[in-house]
Amino acid sequence: MSVEIISVARRREFARARTVSIVLAILVVVLFALTLSYGSFQVSLPDIVRSLLGRQTPPQVDYIIQTLRLPRAIVGTLAGLSFGLSGMIFQQLVRNPLASPDVIGVTSGGSAAAVLAIVIFAASGTVISVVALTGAVTTALLIYLLAWRKGVGGYRFVLVGIGVGAAMGGLTSFLLTRADVRVASDALIWLSGSLNGRTWADVRPLAVASLILVPLTLMLGRALLGLQLGDDVAKGLGLPIERSRLALLLIGVCLAGTATAAAGPIAYVAFVSGPIAARLVGGGRPTLLQAGLFGAVLVLAADFIGSHLLGSTPFPVGVVTGIIGAPYLLWLLATSNRTGRGG
Amino acid sequence: MPDSRVRRAAALTTGLVVTAAVLAGVALLSLAVGSQHVPFGTVLNALSHADPNRSDHLIVTEVRLPRTFVGLLAGAALGLAGAIIQAVTRNPLADPGILGINAGAGLFVVIGISVFGVGSLSGYVWFGFAGAAVSAVAVYVIGSLGRGGATPVKLALAGAALTAALLSFTTGVLVTDVRTYDQFRFWQVGSLSGRGADIAWQALPFLIAGVIVALISTRSLNALALGDDVATSLGQNVAVARLIAAAAVVLLCGTATAMAGPLVFIGLIVPHMARIITGPDHKWLLPYSMLLAPMLLLLADVLGRVIARPGEVQVGIITAIIGAPFFVILVRRGRLAEL
Repeated sequence: MSVEIISVARRREFARARTVSIVLAILVVVLFALTLSYGSFQVSLPDIVRSLLGRQTPPQVDYIIQTLRLPRAIVGTLAGLSFGLSGMIFQQLVRNPLASPDVIGVTSGGSAAAVLAIVIFAASGTVISVVALTGAVTTALLIYLLAWRKGVGGYRFVLVGIGVGAAMGGLTSFLLTRADVRVASDALIWLSGSLNGRTWADVRPLAVASLILVPLTLMLGRALLGLQLGDDVAKGLGLPIERSRLALLLIGVCLAGTATAAAGPIAYVAFVSGPIAARLVGGGRPTLLQAGLFGAVLVLAADFIGSHLLGSTPFPVGVVTGIIGAPYLLWLLATSNRTGRGG
Repeated sequence: MPDSRVRRAAALTTGLVVTAAVLAGVALLSLAVGSQHVPFGTVLNALSHADPNRSDHLIVTEVRLPRTFVGLLAGAALGLAGAIIQAVTRNPLADPGILGINAGAGLFVVIGISVFGVGSLSGYVWFGFAGAAVSAVAVYVIGSLGRGGATPVKLALAGAALTAALLSFTTGVLVTDVRTYDQFRFWQVGSLSGRGADIAWQALPFLIAGVIVALISTRSLNALALGDDVATSLGQNVAVARLIAAAAVVLLCGTATAMAGPLVFIGLIVPHMARIITGPDHKWLLPYSMLLAPMLLLLADVLGRVIARPGEVQVGIITAIIGAPFFVILVRRGRLAEL
């Protein structure tokens, strides 16, 4: 009898998770199409499809779709996906909902390096991306090495991460207060994350990285589930703890790093996606796929709102992600607990 | 067993006295050191009977004394607030700003600069304090909606989420208003520079209230740290205990932020340092945090004054850049007392 109840509940849970994924995936497609079609020059849906397939479209439509809007839409989708996955990995790995690559110092290393490049070396475009990625990976490596003492305990990793992240944040503030205010203002836009003026040069590395990293992440989902139960239980389940943890950390860092390089450290996508996905799905298990999809939805929606719906000045995407993502999380927090789920 | 406990209490008391003495020394250092060095003898002279015609006396009494005083107050407040908020949320990542305090203060200061044209530090104070109070109340209300009341996870998540939203609004204003950003970026890093005695006096009543509330909640913090169920079975009213502790954090951290800008890092790391010395007992953790935090803050401030003479580096930057490696070494060396 009770086995039956459990299996029914579990089936319901799976069904719900699947529904959430499908709805989120549809939203991604819709927002992607909106990003391509909407703007100062509207392009109709059939024209978009024709242009993408390379058939009978006027050159100016091709230019708008393929050169201006497609790279932006792809970077937005992939960056959102990567941030969502990365945030979920860190939150589950250290079993702390406040942990995300921004909080425990990974992206702040990338940001500090990028701001250094902008303020001191007047860098722009691809150079910033390369510097940001290098900064993020180096910082993560530094955190891992500093936290290593016969293995990396989750608690120590987090504390070292906060320390290193704070130092990087201090460096960033220092540079921002020393720079000319216009340069600092440019750096602020990069720091909040922006999809303006993305080109295929930004898309390619991100696309390659995502093609490798996203399937790897989803494959490692089971290990994440095991590690989330705590080191002792995971050991009991026969998981190679250190190796799984290292692999997941590495993937999480690379996801956050490549996304930051392409779009800047878009604020709060990594932080809100995991908890929101968990509350949408319910059941309290790692919901990597849904977190990633929600990240993509959030970035695309925020970019659309920021560039078209907030008056004449386009706002960088990172300003809007916090304004729409965080209240949504607050609302979920307030309501989902009424039914005893989450929290 | 009781013998070792007595010995431990004696050792911790001695440690507390030594820490207080070191703090006094650091405060003296903060009066003497700066772009113009004033010998210790002159400092003591200026303190006991100031001569308004001597410029070195004036530097000590009019500039460095208020600044040091603000540093002591803000530091103590942040250390205490950090220890309390980590206990209430049972989260080592929680900083005293987690209830949305700094983000709220920041947004209100930005509005003050941008909309009301406020340009002075003592003008920022009230905007900062109002923002801190409004957002903290919002976080607490949102965090306690629904079943279970204000559980640690919900509080932490609600605080971090509201912080995210408020910071986004702040950034939204800043990217469109370069003039405001030019003023705000200096407040944002956190600094003690240019803080006059008026700011300290404005803040003092709030701080005293905060410290009293904090000390009242010492016992219940120990219970809360054991988890809600154990705390309840120990006869603790969990909801009330948490509300009192949160009120203390708002008073302490809100005032500190209004005075010196968002200096959360100190409040985040000092409780971890203190915990290495004291272990998890809040009876010791709170006083140690309260003394260690201003010590670090003033040391960082003094360092910031001499590191880039004749200019100075804001204390918020120094605490992060110098304090963080120090913190990492502690984390590596010490046997961590987990929350």
